[in-house]
Amino acid sequence: MNRYTVAVLVRNQFGVLNRVTSMFRRRQFNISSLTVSETEVPEYSRITVLFDGAEMQKQQLISQLYKLPDVCFVRELSPKASVSLELMLIKLELSQSVRDTVLAIAREFDAKVVDSTEASVILQVTADSRQLDAVIDRMREFSILEICRTGCVSLEKGSTTIREIMNQ
Amino acid sequence: MKLSGADIIVKTLIEQGCDVVFGYPGGQILDVYDSLYRFSGEIRHILSAHEQGAAHAADGYARATGRVGVVIATSGPGATNLVTGIATAYLDSVPMVAITGNVMTSQIGYDSFQEIDITGITLPITKHNYFVGSVEELADTIREAFQLAMSGRPGPVLIDVPKDIQKALCEYTPQEAVCPLEKRTAKDVRIQAAADCINASKRPFIYFGGGVIASDARQEMLELAETIDAPMGCSMMGLSVVPTNHPRFLGMQGMHGHYASSTAMHNADCIIALGVRFNDRVIGDKEKFAVNANIIHIDIDGSELSKTVMEAHSLRGDLKLTLQKLLPFVEEKNRSDWQADIERFKQEGALYADSRQGVTPKNVLSLLNGYLQDNTPIVTDVGQHQMWAAQYLRFKNSRRFISSGGLGTMGFGIGAAIGAAVATGEKTVLVTGDGSFAMTLQELATAVSCRLPLVILIMNNGVLGMVRQWQTLFFDKRYSNSVLDKKTDNVALIRAFGAEGEKVSDLEALQKALDNAFRAEGPYLIDCAISQDEFVLPMLPPGGTVDDIIVKAGDEA
Repeated sequence: MNRYTVAVLVRNQFGVLNRVTSMFRRRQFNISSLTVSETEVPEYSRITVLFDGAEMQKQQLISQLYKLPDVCFVRELSPKASVSLELMLIKLELSQSVRDTVLAIAREFDAKVVDSTEASVILQVTADSRQLDAVIDRMREFSILEICRTGCVSLEKGSTTIREIMNQ
Repeated sequence: MKLSGADIIVKTLIEQGCDVVFGYPGGQILDVYDSLYRFSGEIRHILSAHEQGAAHAADGYARATGRVGVVIATSGPGATNLVTGIATAYLDSVPMVAITGNVMTSQIGYDSFQEIDITGITLPITKHNYFVGSVEELADTIREAFQLAMSGRPGPVLIDVPKDIQKALCEYTPQEAVCPLEKRTAKDVRIQAAADCINASKRPFIYFGGGVIASDARQEMLELAETIDAPMGCSMMGLSVVPTNHPRFLGMQGMHGHYASSTAMHNADCIIALGVRFNDRVIGDKEKFAVNANIIHIDIDGSELSKTVMEAHSLRGDLKLTLQKLLPFVEEKNRSDWQADIERFKQEGALYADSRQGVTPKNVLSLLNGYLQDNTPIVTDVGQHQMWAAQYLRFKNSRRFISSGGLGTMGFGIGAAIGAAVATGEKTVLVTGDGSFAMTLQELATAVSCRLPLVILIMNNGVLGMVRQWQTLFFDKRYSNSVLDKKTDNVALIRAFGAEGEKVSDLEALQKALDNAFRAEGPYLIDCAISQDEFVLPMLPPGGTVDDIIVKAGDEA
């Protein structure tokens, strides 16, 4: 099983996200992350999908996406040629005895302290999804109170844009 | 000129060349019905007994003509009653536009009376659907819906129109009827590679489906078959593309396909699949399916390519155009060894032919064959009678076998037959079973009031025959809820609806009844008793291979 990152340009219209996720659900595609946002142009929204599966299933996922009239362009992003990042907020219970250890680990992962009280701390970490998993694993020895993640966003490296590739 | 949304709907339908719509009125679609009343000189409305019947009728109309079928229903239950009809059309790639009313925009989302989220409900069973938010976008939405329904792989599209949009006024300018979106063909290099594969093969087999009808590629396919000296077989959706008696045609594939056809595909070294899916009903165990064959697949829908089986060459494109580009690259060859094999398969298949006397399915349908004209639409419901019709009836022209393949919708028949009869004006035959017929028989009222020339042949075995067959084979004859034992008098029933019919139990009486039926002007029902223990054979058990084919009763033991 491989993990694929797929960027999807869709018409920026009401209900499009529902059409895409409904198709994923009924065809049982294994989606580990999905984000959607507006783009540099108002006509399009951009969906970034992390999909786990075999090559044949990925082809099927792309073909099925193209059958939705609201889908304008689908592009698989290779890990090497793209930048993929996700933001996580993680809230930890913090007793005096572990405070320094936790903050040291946070520095190790370039995490930023965005809230701090006597009893707790919220760390903001931006990294690729697997690194975020590693941060969580590392913090399990402490008391994790809450986690919230944005899901992965991804852009290809270099000056080329997805819209240029679409229009080629 | 400013028109109301309702008038714009009807005017745009007329502009798109739609001359007949099927439907059922109700509160939230009243404005459209008022427009239909006023424009009744330009567009005909067929009132069904139930919205499901109207949806199947629009489907039957589309299958018989290739044009977009249109169905109209009100909000809430009117809309949900369409669901089975829309899903049936979706699974069989039938171009259809469904228009539903909904509560006024300000009441959407409040669980108002007869409010239902029909765009949400039909999301997975339409190519696309629309909730119309303003009257300004209404006409273009309908045009886009027609275009989507007929383009690429056809299918149903739904448009949900709130009542206030139907009432709102807007400028309307008529436009030309839309054309399908531009057709594409597969890339030259891929076509060349596929041709090389065909040229190198010793035992090519053409497996085709409904895509040949949709793309009108019959001529190109027959030319390919002649050039490479290949036999042909089809999925159920491909029936009627090639005349049943065509010398290269071996018959239907799949669970109840013809022996020679299934055996030939299994022994082929190159399967050329044209506008057809590798559905589980056709391939059985996909790990063991045609392991020695290179599969070449041409389809307009990219998602069908390499979906279930590994393909050597997947060509995405319009079938007709792609075949036209492929033909110059394939070499003319005689493959006499392969033809000798085919002859042997045919002879083996003939050994298993049913030669019994009496009211067997084969004899009943053979009699019916004598009454069929080249253009007679033959419609079926779903179950044993459907498979027998697929196996034994003789087809001459495309679009004349109309049957629910993908969804397998019992109750499809009478509605679809109404649609086909309205579309073609031909005497239309519905072959049905007592189970399927009972599901939607209220549409007899529609057939009678429209005086449609329907011959309804019920193959009545008093049981749910296909369920019973599976229970016999795979559930140790525990006939759970498959014995109907209904006291319904079908002849009295059709009389109650205002038409004639008769009950028969031998072939002589059947012949007379068919004489009467084909002479009658309106609907005529024949209730033909057959044995409850008839099997559909041959049968490829689910998940099995061609080696597991059951060819005669008792084989399964």
